[in-house]
Amino acid sequence: MRFRNIFATRWGIIGTGLFIGVFAALLQKWGNPGNMGICVACFERDIAGALGLHRAGVVQYIRPEIIGFVTGSLISAYLFKEYRPRLGSAPIVRFVLGVFAMIGSLVFLGCPWRAALRLAGGDGNAMLGLLGLIVGIWIGTLFFKKGYDLGRTQPTHAAAGWMLPLTMLGFLILLIAFPQIEGQNRSGVLYYSLKGPGSMHAPLLISLGISLGIGFLAQRSRFCTMGALRDFILFRQTHLLSGLAALIIAAFITNLIVGQFHLGFEGQPVAHTMHIWNFMGMVLAGLAFALAGGCPGRQLFLSGEGDGDAAVFVMGMIVGAGFAHNFGLASSPKGVGPYGIPAVIIGLAVCLFIGFTMRKRIS
Amino acid sequence: MSTKVDARGLSCPQPVLMALNEIKRGTANEIEILVDTEAAQENVSRAATSQDWKVTDVNEADGEYKITIRKA
Repeated sequence: MRFRNIFATRWGIIGTGLFIGVFAALLQKWGNPGNMGICVACFERDIAGALGLHRAGVVQYIRPEIIGFVTGSLISAYLFKEYRPRLGSAPIVRFVLGVFAMIGSLVFLGCPWRAALRLAGGDGNAMLGLLGLIVGIWIGTLFFKKGYDLGRTQPTHAAAGWMLPLTMLGFLILLIAFPQIEGQNRSGVLYYSLKGPGSMHAPLLISLGISLGIGFLAQRSRFCTMGALRDFILFRQTHLLSGLAALIIAAFITNLIVGQFHLGFEGQPVAHTMHIWNFMGMVLAGLAFALAGGCPGRQLFLSGEGDGDAAVFVMGMIVGAGFAHNFGLASSPKGVGPYGIPAVIIGLAVCLFIGFTMRKRIS
Repeated sequence: MSTKVDARGLSCPQPVLMALNEIKRGTANEIEILVDTEAAQENVSRAATSQDWKVTDVNEADGEYKITIRKA
């Protein structure tokens, strides 16, 4: 008799969405930046900053949430015998998709998770981002219908699947070994922010505990913000979408209760009002996530299950954050960066190239 | 008639797309789909059910799943 996965039911995915929505809003209450209780792209960008891969002083912190997501998924995968070490489905392409997914996200200022949380916090600009996300994913589904395919994975050594979880463990050790020193932007090998979003964070153990829980639940329920929209566009399936909707509603209600809901377009936390580029940034990110088969959160959860290609995508995102800030591609509350617009256009061209050229051979 | 779909090693949403394409071709009333993750197994089973097909068997061996679906 096979074990029935109750988290794979409609209530399982809704429960996961509710858990994420409530605790994301609370993480913000407990110290994370505005409408950024959880943002996978932003937090990977902060990790890149803490490691010195970019030197944007306001976004440098080893975010324990990212570590918890991968580790929680790894624990769940082992407990339920779903750890499947695998890799080899066009890793370099996934790396490039990760780079441009990050660049697109940083032009908008948030990944799909944060787009949902920004909406739940009353940030009207998030509507442009979500609309862009839908369009980007829709373009991705057209490629899937035309036979887009990055090829099959191969089983690999169990230890190969441990590479990203071990990297995350390394980050955690660095964070504990070199804690922030009051008033200093450097501690051992790590950089810290003295102001800006990077200086705002919930207590380490709270962030870690919540994100371990999310990693566990999301691995069981296959929660994916990109898949939510993709499955609806492609198959008219609302399974994953109900999880994303639950996240938004739960975060919205929690924000109302704790007084974090502020409706409007102007003066929203870590956001700009350049509508076209909020939209286009997320078209790029949505297309890149669709072509890579998962939102940035799902890529972390897959990495925890032993998916080496998802791990390569995560690495691409972290490196992409380095490019985004070193080259002036990332936006700021003032608007897009000096080279953000050409980067989005180049990114779209690269994603279209990948979508058009990497199709199954018709035999 | 029975047909086979090998979606092992393929990531989301490929296994579901392949299963649905086979259903839409309309030539088979029983389809065997091979996948290698539990998530793909769940997704394919859910998609088949949504097309009014019945999942008659899910057989797991050596980390691979053989899903048998039949036209209702």
